[in-house]
Amino acid sequence: MNGSNTPTSQPLPRTVTGIKGFDELSHGGLPRHRTSLLLGGPGSGKTVFSLQTLVNAARGRDEPGIFVAFEEDSRQIVANAATFGWDLSTLTKDKLFILDAHLSPTVVQSGEFDLTGMLAILKAKKEAMGAAWIVFDGIDVLLTLMRNPATEMREIYRIRDWLADNELTAIVTAKTDGAASEVWHYGFMQFMVDCVVRLDRRMEHGVSVHRLQMTKYRGSDFAAGEFSLSFGPSGIEVVAPEPAEIRHEASTERISTGFEHLDTMLGGGLFRGSSTLITGAPGTSKTTLAGKFADAACRRGERTLFVSFDEGADPIMRNLSSVGIRLKPHVKSGLLRMYSGRTEACSAEHHLIKLRSLIHEHQPRCMVIDPLSALAKIGGLETARAVASRIIYMVKDNKATVVITSLIDGDDPQAEATDLQISTIADTWIHLSYLVLSGERNRALTIVKSRGTWHSNQVRELALSDTGPALVDVYTAGGEVLMGTLRWEKEVEETARKKQRRTDFEHKQRELQFTEADTRARIKALELDLQRQQAELALYSRDDEARVLSSSERDRELRRIRSADPATAPTTVKRRDAAGSGNGSKARKETSDVR
Amino acid sequence: MCAEKTRDSVSDPEVTTVVVMRLYVAGGAPNSVQAIANLEAICQEHLKPGYKLEIVDVFEHPLRALADGVVVTPSLTRLSPSPAVNVVGNLSDRSKVLLALGLEEKVK
Repeated sequence: MNGSNTPTSQPLPRTVTGIKGFDELSHGGLPRHRTSLLLGGPGSGKTVFSLQTLVNAARGRDEPGIFVAFEEDSRQIVANAATFGWDLSTLTKDKLFILDAHLSPTVVQSGEFDLTGMLAILKAKKEAMGAAWIVFDGIDVLLTLMRNPATEMREIYRIRDWLADNELTAIVTAKTDGAASEVWHYGFMQFMVDCVVRLDRRMEHGVSVHRLQMTKYRGSDFAAGEFSLSFGPSGIEVVAPEPAEIRHEASTERISTGFEHLDTMLGGGLFRGSSTLITGAPGTSKTTLAGKFADAACRRGERTLFVSFDEGADPIMRNLSSVGIRLKPHVKSGLLRMYSGRTEACSAEHHLIKLRSLIHEHQPRCMVIDPLSALAKIGGLETARAVASRIIYMVKDNKATVVITSLIDGDDPQAEATDLQISTIADTWIHLSYLVLSGERNRALTIVKSRGTWHSNQVRELALSDTGPALVDVYTAGGEVLMGTLRWEKEVEETARKKQRRTDFEHKQRELQFTEADTRARIKALELDLQRQQAELALYSRDDEARVLSSSERDRELRRIRSADPATAPTTVKRRDAAGSGNGSKARKETSDVR
Repeated sequence: MCAEKTRDSVSDPEVTTVVVMRLYVAGGAPNSVQAIANLEAICQEHLKPGYKLEIVDVFEHPLRALADGVVVTPSLTRLSPSPAVNVVGNLSDRSKVLLALGLEEKVK
């Protein structure tokens, strides 16, 4: 909206309508203080579009508006508005004024009439309430009463001049049914106004679809092309194109798929904010895998949204609980929101809008869509493809990690590529298939692709039991994978062999332990023997010393008693004493101790 | 231009019901001017006995006109005798006006 300096190319100032999607594609809403023409067949949403704009303006921005109803009476309008939950009764008459400009069928027409009086009335009302908006709904109903193209044109000019004088942002709606006679005066009306929006309702593949197209916006660029219009519970919404630039941050955080084994196969889990596609034929446990992911997310305390198509939330939870995945407690705690959509009930775009509002309400960090391929059942494949990719981008815009399942016929994962083509957008693609071997069907899991990460190229068997699903390593023997019973046999064999090895080992271990104990015992015995011998030796040497001492004392005593040779004897004694003076005293003490 | 014109019946005592009408006009807009002229001619011709006509200019009394449910101008309402009858347009199609007002039989 940055216009150049020349006034001619300055874009018209705009006023937002508050209609989701429309303000984006018109780069800011309708031209302010100008007239916009809304053309469309019966039931294409002209009244809803214009009334919604007025309600939004009155409620959200305190801009009063006047609604001039040429086609329906005000009671009908209030009743229709109530179906969108707008409750016009809460808006005071000075915020939204509905003028019944619908001529009763009993009114007699005699000669020409004009809108001068009505415009004078509206001007007074506008000034009284300070209105910023005006809607002329179904102007064609009144104009056709004039039965004169020249008069009609004159009145249209009158309205245009009046609008220009009164600084009102106006929406004029008129019916078109494609008849040739209408081309002329609506062509002229289109020339007169500053903005033309066409609404169209048609049947596509048995589903009623609404489209919106901007055909004119004076002095401004606008998103040309047809856009889907959706009637939601709170009004209409335009499915605006996604921004051209993709701004998704790449997280390096890994989150679990719920299977430790699968996380390992993916090099640590799924990237936060990534999208994962699970393809497979019916019954290959796509939902189980998705359910496990949802369960793991809730266990981490993350808000999760589980969207299922054509299967109720209750049956899904019951089926999942049979394989040990219990989602009910998470629903109770409010972490998990289950939503089940019926695909045929509305168009693919409706589902997109529903999902958007669910995401807005629940703010999930993790999300499951099961199966997205259901969208291909409704509407054209083109639409379904576009919606599928929009859903993925929308989820990514909300930084949620999404797991999408897609039903494909047959076992060839490449079949998906011809269907919704989600596989090209998804970051990770897991394929589930049946392998039929030795009269058995077993579920096999393969990672077809996983962006930005190492991943296992091996096939794993997905085994289901009431304790929960598990991924099991498959055996390869002679270049063939073994699954199911064959794997079981192989496993039993392996287990038996392991058991035998264990037994052998334990036996040998005990034997060695015994020998060790025996040796230790023998060492102990020998040590005891040694101690005994040492003790004996010590005892023996002490006895000997004692004996030596006692004999020398006895000699001295004998000498003293005999009193013989005292001169010579002490010399002998003295010499002996000198030789063992220390020992002698010690020995004496010891002897006394002994005594 | 809010005028009330009343012609009392003098010559015909048989007429007991009084016709009360209101014409909403938009200032000097051509259709409005024509409507006044046409209506007055009709009244003179067919309503000699007595009638009440109020002319309301929407430019002067827009909110009154709004309250009265006026959509387009000129617009004629016969308030009495009931039921109320509405005629829109410049009243150039005299036979339609007469039919609507129930005045056909009084053609002389």
